[in-house]
Amino acid sequence: MQHTLEEFLRALRAADVKVSPAEAIDAARTVSAVGYADRELFKDALCATLAKSRDEVTRFDETFETFFTRAAFTLPPPPEPTDGEPQSGGNSAPGVAESPLAQSLLAGDATAVAQAMEEAAARAGVAEIRLSTQKSRLTRRLLDEMGLAQIEQIIANARRMPGGDGLADRLDAARRALVAEAQTYVERQHALYAAGSGKALREEMLAKKALNADGGIDPVDLIMMQALVKRMAKRLADRYSRRRHTANRGHLDVRKTLRKSMAHGGVPFEIKWKIKKIDKPSIVAICDVSKSVAAAAQFLLTFLYSLNEVVDRLDAYAFSGRLIPVNAILDDNGVEGAILKVLQTIGFQQTDYGKALEDFAENHLDRVDRHTTVIILGDGRSNFADPRLDIMQLIQQRARAVIWLNPEPESYWAQGDSVMHRYQRFTHVAKPCNTLGQLERIIEDVLRTYSAH
Amino acid sequence: MTISSTAPAANGSSGPNLQEGPFSSVDALVTGLGSVGYIASRRIATALYMAVHLQKPILVEGSAGVGKTELALSTARLMAKPLIRMQCYEGLDESKALYEWKYGKQLLYTQILKDRMGVALADAPDMDAAMDRLHGMGDLFFSEPFLEPRPLMQALRQDDGCVLLIDEIDKSDEAFEAFLLEVLSAYQVSVPELGVIVAKTPPLVFLTSNNVRDLGDALKRRCLHLHIPLPEAALEERIVATRVPGIEATLTTQLVAFVQSLRTLDLRKAPSISETVDWARALILLHADSLDSAIVRDTLNVILKFEQDIVAVEPQIVELLHRR
Repeated sequence: MQHTLEEFLRALRAADVKVSPAEAIDAARTVSAVGYADRELFKDALCATLAKSRDEVTRFDETFETFFTRAAFTLPPPPEPTDGEPQSGGNSAPGVAESPLAQSLLAGDATAVAQAMEEAAARAGVAEIRLSTQKSRLTRRLLDEMGLAQIEQIIANARRMPGGDGLADRLDAARRALVAEAQTYVERQHALYAAGSGKALREEMLAKKALNADGGIDPVDLIMMQALVKRMAKRLADRYSRRRHTANRGHLDVRKTLRKSMAHGGVPFEIKWKIKKIDKPSIVAICDVSKSVAAAAQFLLTFLYSLNEVVDRLDAYAFSGRLIPVNAILDDNGVEGAILKVLQTIGFQQTDYGKALEDFAENHLDRVDRHTTVIILGDGRSNFADPRLDIMQLIQQRARAVIWLNPEPESYWAQGDSVMHRYQRFTHVAKPCNTLGQLERIIEDVLRTYSAH
Repeated sequence: MTISSTAPAANGSSGPNLQEGPFSSVDALVTGLGSVGYIASRRIATALYMAVHLQKPILVEGSAGVGKTELALSTARLMAKPLIRMQCYEGLDESKALYEWKYGKQLLYTQILKDRMGVALADAPDMDAAMDRLHGMGDLFFSEPFLEPRPLMQALRQDDGCVLLIDEIDKSDEAFEAFLLEVLSAYQVSVPELGVIVAKTPPLVFLTSNNVRDLGDALKRRCLHLHIPLPEAALEERIVATRVPGIEATLTTQLVAFVQSLRTLDLRKAPSISETVDWARALILLHADSLDSAIVRDTLNVILKFEQDIVAVEPQIVELLHRR
């Protein structure tokens, strides 16, 4: 049973429930405390020990059900009692006596076959399955380990013998049932151990996928990517919201304590502590929402909006021809609907960076002060209009930092109508940002500049 | 940070007898908790059973008002042990959770010391003799009389054991969480000046969390995890009946059904058990014996805590009342 428990823990790990060795020990202690007799109690007790969050509880329940469910084998019914023992009788084929599997199959002994399959699975390493393409190979190995070749031999022999057809047909039916059973078995093992890792692999790939790829992003991927962005943002939020709390820790501030004690004749009634002051990030995001950049803009906005726990103040603006504030639109429609709404309002205009910067300087420049990080997302293609570098310089002087994220690779920056290289002089950081992975890294850098060291 | 006096029963035995009494099996525990007014589901009772038998802290999660804190209070009542409660908040640190030195007293002590020192050392012939005599005096500066114990230390010093409730651990910061690890896994704390203080009887520890932030893996690993969901209608009816004695069965059914249907709506804060119980009490005060749309409209602010929610629900009251 120890082995079964270990296998179960491995299945849990594959389902992304974190089980450390210490927790494995706890699980063993739990099992020795409650025993195996009561399935419900066994499950609840293990769940309390191993699953540490609500998501994990759900995944634990699923894994538990899949793991400890063994579908009953459906073998053809045992033959009606014939005269004499099948092995020794005249219609027995040579080899049946040597093959325990053939005997159990003929006897319709489902338990024995199931037992044999578990043992063969351990030998064949079915639980090591990683990819769905391994399924058929592992099924074959499992059947080989069980001794299918022998069965086939017996069938062939029986066919050649006079009057052996009855036995051969029965054994053949049992063989087909066995193969089907082995397939479901491997399928279930795949669901237990490999399905989760496939998802992880896919997410890893999506994080590296180009946001402005030709043909846009697959709607199926889009949902997954949105979830991925939210998770990345949550991870950052967790990390940085904690770091901010260090402000309240400190040592005795002797100077202030002594000063306070003056009023009491030098007796320090009031103790004062040193306090660190830490800024909360305040971010101004200006996003180009023309077609080539829209996808990246959507993810940037999702990212920043999911960071609301850490970011004190976020002002978002969008432009293609003219620039508008989009905070209200984001609040009303959520990030998913917002981009569409913004495009309805200001879409289908020629991208004009100069005009957009003008709009910003005229109406919203007061939002930029020495605590603000300005993040601009755009490809810097201004359709040969005046780029208004003077405004860019003004913004740079006022802001704490100006970060320009460009979805295009760096080699394109001075080509065609791109004025990126000219804007670049007035930014603190200018980086190509084309995948979720890059986006996460840049946002993390921004947050880090605000936290205490 | 209070020691609530839940009057420990006068049995001198320390540590629960695990073989008999309410902690002998999960079913006995459900009954036991029921006898002190806490209607527990099997999952809750199993987690508590494991916590007592494995001597591990138990981390209780769930939305506000589902009875996380109440579980700790009821367990303390059931075990007849004192409850020590520590409320966590941002900026909570060791000096408020574990112990602090009485700085003022220490400073006064040094002043007394200075005055007395001259007298005590006046007859010493030379410097070396004075130093010897100084070493001979007890060093009281960092000693128990100057120690101000805070909840965690109080809990470890309860020789007969106690129930320690660390409330809303998610509100505290990461460093405090790390500091708790020693207390939770070994039931001991290190005071640099005094040494290690070990609990004679490990307290039963409850941590509650509202999921304001994700807790660290190290902390989670040391705890059993229990998530209390919003209850099913039948369970909630039993809870209301227990918490609000004297309520009519028909009213209980009506109001639980109403609250349950509220939870299916998209609200900012869905009503949880404590709101249901409060509402039941309010209805008793108003002498209502059944729900109608007028009384629901008047008392809606008891169960809904946001103006938008109230505005959203008001037009649907009649429909919700007749849905079941």
